[in-house]
Amino acid sequence: MSQPLLQVNQLSISLAEGKKLVDAVSFSIAKGEIFALVGESGSGKSLTALSLMRLLPKNMQLSGEIRLDNTDLLALTEKQMRAIRGGHIGMIFQEPMTALNPLMRVGDQIAEVLQLQTDLRGKAQQQRVIALLEEVGIPDPSERMSWYPHQLSGGQKQRIMIAMALAGEPKLLIADEPTTALDVTIQAQVLALLLSIQQKRGLSVLFITHDMGLVAQLAHRVGVMLKGKLLEVLPVDQFFKSALHPYTKRLIENALPVTEFRAPIAQNEIVLATENLRVRFAGRRKGWLFRKQPDTLAVDGLNLSIAKGETLALVGESGCGKTSLAQALLRLIPAQGRAVFLNQNLLTLTERQMRPLRKSLQVVFQDPYGAFNPRMTVGKIIREGMDSLSVGAPEARAARVLALLKLVGLDESHADRYPHEFSGGQRQRIGIARALAVEPSLIICDEPTSALDVTVRGQILDLLDALQQKMGVSYLFITHDLSIVPRIAHRVAVMQAGKIVEMGSTEQVLTHPQQDYTKTLLASAPHHYLQAKVTQVV
Amino acid sequence: MLLLWSDIVVWLLVTSLLYFFWRLKQDTLLRERWQLVAQSRIAMASTIVLLAFVLIALADSLHFRTNDPYRPVVSALDMSLGNIATGQEKSYSAPFAIESLWQETRQTDDGRVIRAPVPLQHAGKQLDNPNDLSRDLWQRSLTFLSIGIILASLIVWMLSHLSVFSQTALPWKSAAITFIVLCGFLVWLWGMGQSYHVLGTGKVGEDVLYASLKGVRTGILIGGLTTLLTLPFAVVMGIVAGYFKGWVDDVVQYLYTTLNAVPGVLLIASAMLLAQLYLAQHADVFASEQERADVRLLLVCLVLGLTGWTGLARILRAESLKLREMEYVKAASAFGVSHVRIIGRHLLPNLGHLVLISAVLDFSGLVLAEAVLSYVGIGVDPTMPSWGNMINLARQELNREPVVWWNLLGAFVGMFTLVLSVNLLADRVQHVFNPRAQG
Amino acid sequence: MIQYILRRLLWLFPILLMVNLLTFILFFVVNSPDDMARAQLGNKYVTDAALTAWKAARGYDLPLLWNTNAVGWDVLTQTIFWQKSVQLMVFDFGVSDAGRAIGADLAQRAWPSLWLALPSFMIGLCVNIALALLLVMFRGQWLDKLGLVLTIVIMSISGLFFIIGGQYVLAKLWHWFPISGYEPDGDVWRFLLLPIILGVIAGVGSGVRWYRSILLEEADKDFARTARAKGLSLWQVMHRHVLPNGLLPILTGVVAVLPLLFMGSLIMESFFGIPGLGSYTIDAINSQDFAIVRAMVYLGAVLYVFGLIITDITYAWADPRVRFGDK
Repeated sequence: MSQPLLQVNQLSISLAEGKKLVDAVSFSIAKGEIFALVGESGSGKSLTALSLMRLLPKNMQLSGEIRLDNTDLLALTEKQMRAIRGGHIGMIFQEPMTALNPLMRVGDQIAEVLQLQTDLRGKAQQQRVIALLEEVGIPDPSERMSWYPHQLSGGQKQRIMIAMALAGEPKLLIADEPTTALDVTIQAQVLALLLSIQQKRGLSVLFITHDMGLVAQLAHRVGVMLKGKLLEVLPVDQFFKSALHPYTKRLIENALPVTEFRAPIAQNEIVLATENLRVRFAGRRKGWLFRKQPDTLAVDGLNLSIAKGETLALVGESGCGKTSLAQALLRLIPAQGRAVFLNQNLLTLTERQMRPLRKSLQVVFQDPYGAFNPRMTVGKIIREGMDSLSVGAPEARAARVLALLKLVGLDESHADRYPHEFSGGQRQRIGIARALAVEPSLIICDEPTSALDVTVRGQILDLLDALQQKMGVSYLFITHDLSIVPRIAHRVAVMQAGKIVEMGSTEQVLTHPQQDYTKTLLASAPHHYLQAKVTQVV
Repeated sequence: MLLLWSDIVVWLLVTSLLYFFWRLKQDTLLRERWQLVAQSRIAMASTIVLLAFVLIALADSLHFRTNDPYRPVVSALDMSLGNIATGQEKSYSAPFAIESLWQETRQTDDGRVIRAPVPLQHAGKQLDNPNDLSRDLWQRSLTFLSIGIILASLIVWMLSHLSVFSQTALPWKSAAITFIVLCGFLVWLWGMGQSYHVLGTGKVGEDVLYASLKGVRTGILIGGLTTLLTLPFAVVMGIVAGYFKGWVDDVVQYLYTTLNAVPGVLLIASAMLLAQLYLAQHADVFASEQERADVRLLLVCLVLGLTGWTGLARILRAESLKLREMEYVKAASAFGVSHVRIIGRHLLPNLGHLVLISAVLDFSGLVLAEAVLSYVGIGVDPTMPSWGNMINLARQELNREPVVWWNLLGAFVGMFTLVLSVNLLADRVQHVFNPRAQG
Repeated sequence: MIQYILRRLLWLFPILLMVNLLTFILFFVVNSPDDMARAQLGNKYVTDAALTAWKAARGYDLPLLWNTNAVGWDVLTQTIFWQKSVQLMVFDFGVSDAGRAIGADLAQRAWPSLWLALPSFMIGLCVNIALALLLVMFRGQWLDKLGLVLTIVIMSISGLFFIIGGQYVLAKLWHWFPISGYEPDGDVWRFLLLPIILGVIAGVGSGVRWYRSILLEEADKDFARTARAKGLSLWQVMHRHVLPNGLLPILTGVVAVLPLLFMGSLIMESFFGIPGLGSYTIDAINSQDFAIVRAMVYLGAVLYVFGLIITDITYAWADPRVRFGDK
């Protein structure tokens, strides 16, 4: 390999108090190479990326050496560095929704880079903006350049970000989890775009991700980060075949899709059955001044059923109505139609009639940070449901809290602590314990693992599985992530725009999808690249 | 012993504060936060200064009846101040002066008629020779300063053996230094006040230092009571509107938009004018002028409280709207927890910091507002000692020749020190409890 | 758009109605016209004849809501409620208790108020935003820390001290400015300059802190980082990206206050002898002229409501997310 484009030597980032966030990281990226930096949240991969731009927060200190084309970036003045940013290194961020200035036309935001980094002015500049928008696949670019970010979809916003990053003709592109915030189908399109641009322009890319599927799909070489240290750097084929470090092995293992499917469960004891369930949202009005927007049907005539001890995975992209369904079943929002749970129609019960049923119907939420009152101890959190619904004798409840903590793999001493003292995975265990406290027969799991790292995700799924074996509880498992479905579900329902488009046993839906939408979803999911890579190697 | 209504209120205020801190000890999470607040040296020093103010207000809230027809009611503060409280002159005199500012025509011993300042009755009596004034001032200053500092140092030394103060994370040193300096200053004030008018005397010969000290209670009462009155309104209205949304929200919003629509000063003015009318026509109900002034003070607080809740209610409504969508509130609903309990257990504790910050900031704002209201003539009773009334007087005094500036100075120092220490504390509290708002 | 404004007006009408009702209750029900007359004529030693005459001269001798002595519509119109409160709704302010036409007074006195309040407000706004921007640019450094402490100190000083001190030192001792007064046709600014300067200084503490926190929030958003990654300098990021986004909430706050500037500043005007609505109000309060106070309350409410409407309109105009609607 010729002289590398980027060389990072002994890069360390530490807080002013001395805590090291990134510890002596060294790697290099060759011209035209895609280098993937993999790690879980808090591993220091995003900080490493920001440090290449010298954009770290002020309270962090940077040491080591960063060479781009043999220029030492850390020796440059701030003014020289500004020419590097945008001009030599382009950067794409994770959140396209917030990364663009909401008050500036997207064309102007791209033109701003051209103004700074190129000699193009006036008409030529405008032409270039249009050409860039065309390159990233924005339809009707001469019209859309005068749009504001909120008028574009998430995928289009990320395309604008890419156009912006490319505008200064950089040699190195840093992409920090560029598709994590996008739906699977959009994610696939954006990745395809990135790949084609990279090839056409011969760009070097530093690709930061936690998703092994994306690594398999894109990367030439892979570096694994854990707690600020770079564990190992390997070419992608070797990475999947002969990674040395146990952590790397675990990462790959956890990301591998399960190929054994769970056998469907006999549908004789139905816990929940919905018939033509509909959730209507009244159109919002922004301030008194504005016209009310039309009502929308978030859930549009939904029919599904779950048997005792069964897990039904409800798969769909954001906005398909899956969360509205969960809230409607819990009677947190009103709905029409029928939802028969333990032989009673949930939707017509009064709150008083609903109370006895609440014991049997519980929920685990996605966000491990918002799911707990920060001002209550874990013990009180778990106890709240028992107290409210009078489950068990009051004297026995304290003991039951401790038993539940043990059951979900936590320590009895945790009962007196506050939620903020726990990691994401531990919080999700608390959430499960809280739901189990009232001995439910159905738990609605609303994306319980999507905020978790891969290794932790596996543990939580195993826990849910074990609890089901032990207690015969049923799950309605709501997720957008197809790769975890085989690990947990007996049956799968694919949801789109408030309707179920396909439903069947997990094996049938995942291996022989009937509907186009299911096929697209499956094709877009990056984990099948991973499978291909692993099988090809083995 | 005599209990004015406002005395009861002051003691209630202090008890509720103590209760608040007692509760704090129970709640580990809150305790941690307050430890963080206390870790700032500025916050520590401000707290010491604030405590001094509170003590003065408390001492001034223990009233006794006396047999003296000119001073039928005195407070513990009056009794402990000695000459500062009783040293009444005829009219203006400058700080540390031993002669009056006004001139009197009198006959000298050798029979000439001159117009000259007269010696003051309660200042510099111990001097045999007026020329000794500056030497005496220095001597006494040094004496009282050292007494204060030595006394305070002794107290600090004794306290330093208590285990409470061994917590090294907290800047006890700053607290100790503030305490010693403050003690030195206060003892000096008191000591000098026994033989001089430290801040001179005012129009009717009252000691300005005394008036400034009496203003402390009024300031704290207006700030504290009004804040306390607004809180229940603001909390209930704000949370109810944000949590229930729908028509409840509409009604609350309508209410506070209407209240906001009326210009604040005018609303207060209207209410106070009416109250004044009422008090004037029912003057016979009150036993003494002091009691009437007292009721008027409470009325000011009530009116300020009624008009002041909208700001906090707005903030709490917005925050409740956010909190009600939190998953832990939804989880509670899924457990069938009642609305009242959800508000009590899940919303209120998580809004506490906003209430606290707003309360502390409101307090200082209200102390400042008192001055303006008194200036406009709709504040506390003109006979009541208050910083606002002092400033109001000072306006004419600045146009006198020679200029009388000490009323203004007294009010300025009192008000500035109180408000500054509250604001500094509020800044720290905000920094710890709501860092997002500060960066 | 016109339809929206109409709709909004319709919503705000009840607020004005409520304010009107409130003043009616406060001034005529809680306190009877008798009380008012007695207060004006010197509490205790008033004859009934004098009371009746005073009330009759000012139209306070009518029944409150329902005139049983009248016929036809007069049953409603020949009442205090109709004459004094309903008339306000059509901006007929009537006559003050001292016998002057309030409407004419208002029209005449609004201008001096505005000449003082508008420049104070605008200059204050610019100074505050500029200082806040400076602090945000140097955030966490000594300038920022010093600035924050200074703002707290300024916030802790009552505005009255700035006015009294400023007037005394700058006008009386140093003779830089006239002490007080106002010449409508002469050199207006000579008299207004000092109150404007003092007004700006008194407001700088809380203003800078408030705007700093708004700008800081914007500076922490992702788009500011994106802008830095493009190669913009800190200053360019601030004034091209952070400032416009921060100005949006500031602007809406400003617009809401603008109409109220007509009401003038109570303290400033009375200190500097400017014949505006602020000093008008103070005079009315001091002479217990309820007719004027009532008129000012209503005027204030109207201006407030007007402020709400133009806030909505500005917001819709300034924010593309509202202007073009959400997708």
